[in-house]
Order: sequence, then C-alpha cells, then structure tokens
Amino acid sequence: MKRLLAILMLLLPLNLAAEGLDMQEYLFGHVGDSYEWHITTIGGRPLSIPLPVIVHSKTSGWHCFSSAKLEHGGSFDNFSIAPKGDKYAGKVVETLPDGSVVKPLDISVTKNVLGLLINSALLVVIVLATTGWYRKHDAREEAPGGFVGLMEMLVTMVEDDIIKDCVGKDYKRYSPYLLTAFFFIFINNLMGIVPFFPGGANITGNIAITLALAICTFLAVNLFGNKHYWKEILWPDVPIFLKAVPLMPVIEIIGMFTKPFSLMIRLFANILAGHVMILGVVAVVFLTAELGAAMNTGLSVIAVFFGVFMDCLELLVAFLQAYVFTMLSSVFIGLSRQEPASENE
Amino acid sequence: MSLITPDFGLLFWMTLIFGIVFFLLAKFGFPMITGMVDRRRERIEDSIAKAKEAEERLSSLAEEQARLIEQTRLEQSRIISEASETRDRIVARAKEEATEEAARIIDHARVEIAAERESAIRDIRRQVALLSVDVAEKIVRRELDAEAGQMELVDRLIDEASGVKPS
Repeated sequence: MKRLLAILMLLLPLNLAAEGLDMQEYLFGHVGDSYEWHITTIGGRPLSIPLPVIVHSKTSGWHCFSSAKLEHGGSFDNFSIAPKGDKYAGKVVETLPDGSVVKPLDISVTKNVLGLLINSALLVVIVLATTGWYRKHDAREEAPGGFVGLMEMLVTMVEDDIIKDCVGKDYKRYSPYLLTAFFFIFINNLMGIVPFFPGGANITGNIAITLALAICTFLAVNLFGNKHYWKEILWPDVPIFLKAVPLMPVIEIIGMFTKPFSLMIRLFANILAGHVMILGVVAVVFLTAELGAAMNTGLSVIAVFFGVFMDCLELLVAFLQAYVFTMLSSVFIGLSRQEPASENE
Repeated sequence: MSLITPDFGLLFWMTLIFGIVFFLLAKFGFPMITGMVDRRRERIEDSIAKAKEAEERLSSLAEEQARLIEQTRLEQSRIISEASETRDRIVARAKEEATEEAARIIDHARVEIAAERESAIRDIRRQVALLSVDVAEKIVRRELDAEAGQMELVDRLIDEASGVKPS
C-alpha cells in the first residue's frame, strides 16, 4: 500500500502539466486576496460577490466602483486588473492617457477586508453577548454555563496562563490588548478553515494582517517600556569595549525589530502553510481524475482522509498560533517592564 | 497579489478594523469579563476563608463546651462535697448541742431531785418528830398513871441522858 502510494505520488507531478487545473492559480487564488469573493462555480458560471473597488488616482482623484466591472479583464474609468506576468499582476492599475500604466492608491474592500469585517463583527457580537450575560446576572452569585461559560473559560485561561504569568505585575493594563489579539487571531484562524462563504478567506495567513498585529505588539512593548528596558538596549551591562563601538546596542536595536518580525512571519507562515496543505490534499481529488475511475476513487478516499486529518490539525494550529502570538507578545511586554531588582533574584 | 509583500489597502483596513475591534472589546468587552471573574474569585476565596473561620470557631466552641462541662462537673462535685461537709458539721454541732442540753437538763433535774429529797426528808423528819412526840406523850401519859412507872421512866430517862451524853 505504502509503495503504491509512493509510486502514485511520483506520478502526480507528471500529470500536473497535462491537467486542466492550473495548480498555481488554484492555490494562489484561494490563499491570496482578490477584488471579488468567488464562492463557487455553478454550471460553468462563477458565483461571486462583487466588492467595492476604492482607488485614488493622482490624476482623476477618488474612484469607487464594483469589482464586477473589472471581471474578465474588463476596464472601467481606465482602471483594470493587471494581467499575469505584469509587474502589478492581480492589482488594479490605471492606464494613463499616454499609455503608461501606474498603480493608484488602492484601499479597495477586497475579499480579505470583507472577511475581516465579518469576523470582527462576529467577534464583537460574541464578546459583547458574553458581557451581556454579566450585565444581567450577578457573577458573584452564579457562574455562566454553555457558550458564555466557554468564553469565560477561554478568557480566564488566556488571562491566567499567559498574561498574568508573562507580563507580570501590572498585567491588567495590557490584558485588553492581549485578549483582543488572542481572540482576533483565533476567530480569523477558525473562520479561515471554514471552507464556504463567510469563512475561507485566508486572513491571518496574509502578511498585511500579521504585520499590523506585530506593529501593535511592537508599540505595546516599546511605548511603555521602562527605564531599565531602554538602558538594557542602549547601554547594556557589558564590558565597555562592546559599547564604545556600539556593537551591543546595535544588536539590541535589531532585536527590538526582530521580535515583532518573528511574530509576523510565524503567524503568517503557519496559517498560509496550513491552507496550502489542505488545498493541496483537496487538489489530489481533481488531479487524479485522469488516472481512471479506480485510481481516482482510491486516491480521493485517501485525500478525504488526509483532508479530515489536516482540518483537525488546522483546528489545533488555529488555537496554537493564537496562543503563541499572545504568549510571545506577553513575554516581550513582560521583558520591557522588568524591574532591575527582579532580575537580580 | 504577491504573498509576502504587505498590501497597503489591506493594511489600512486591518489597522482601522483592528483599531475599532480593540476599542470596543477593550472598553466594553474583556475588562468586564475579567473583572467579573476576578470578583467571583474574590468572593469564592472570601467564602472559603469564612467557612474555614466558621469551622474553626465551631471546633473551638466544641472545645469550650467540653471545657465548660468539665468545669461544671468539678464545680458540682465541689458543691456536693461542700454540702456534705456542711451537713456533717451541722449534724455534729446539733449533736453536741443536744448533748450539752441534755447534760444541763440532767444536772438541773438532779439538783431539783436533791432539793426535793431534802425537803421530803425534812418533812419526814418533822413528821417523825411530831409522831415521836405524840408517841412519847401517849407513853408518858400511860406511864405516869402508875407510880412505879413514873419512877422507872425517870430512871430510864436519867440513864439515857447520862448514857447518851458521853457518846
């Protein structure tokens, strides 16, 4: 069985070229961003939600129009989506009267933005519904059950296990941000696994999202760092020759940026890889269609089995990455608030 | 769209959306939940402490009770022993007094009896004297009737007197 599988795996790339499915477009189309939200294709007609394209051109100012106008290489007000192979492939570009192509300032509500809006609204509703319970009940007299109980358990877990332990003394100041980060990442991870409409957008696997989150942590660490933290960076407790030529300060300053950078890359890469893996496993079903019914059925069963496995793994990763991001943020914040006295202990 | 270059539009929206979400949740969401959980935790800790205190008080109360019972028992036995002592003393004194009283009464009676006897003897003596005088009178009356008798009597009286006197 294992040898058979190995042989089949070897056969797969050979078939890729012959296959009608464009693997690259399939993968990048699913994990990437797009101007419309493609839900499914029914009878050869793509069913997608058109989203607003908002661009600012240097020559003609603000434009806002439906992405449906740009479908299939269409153009609107000289705006079109740059074709494959172009420098701005997949982005909205403006063709100036002299024929040159420039990229306008683009703040379109793309698939990821809409997904972000939906997930954020969901998160706000969930959390505010949870607080609603506390408003109606006396939390000192009774404990919530059901969904509110689950939320309370998660909040308590994050606060007690991560924030309290890693940040230290005045954790209360940071816990709203860290809790928000945790639940924001968690819900976006989970919604990313859901394969149909409100979910399925690869939000936390997009580097812009993780960059914004990493910037927030960077600000939380550096804006409220204490004197000891800055002294450790600019004038660390090392022999003078390491400071005269500012070797250590330079390393420390680079370290300031590598910490959030690692946060950004870790979350982005983990979620992106998870999406690509699931998509790859699902693609097996379509890629093996040419190998005959028996082979296709057999491999499809295996692919479905692996798909279930990968989805379960992604559920774990969804939680784990939210946990890790929150924990590392807490640790960095905790380091920036360390007191010299506690270090000597 | 390239995977590893952050897209400005998305970054813009993300910053905006995350900012709003953060504001909403940090203002109305999480502090309330964590605050409530903390309050409940405090309450539970408080309750446990109170329960412990009550338990301690209860056990000390039981101790106190046992001590009180012990004390009462001691007191009781002390009172009983004291009472029996008192009783003994009272009985003893009463006995003593009774003995004294009896002795006094007996003495008194004895004195009275002696006095009675004295007076009785005196009475008898007087009666005897009167009787003797009567007898003597009768005898004398009869003797004096005869001359011989008179003489004999005189003699005998003289004898008697002389015989008695030296004795």
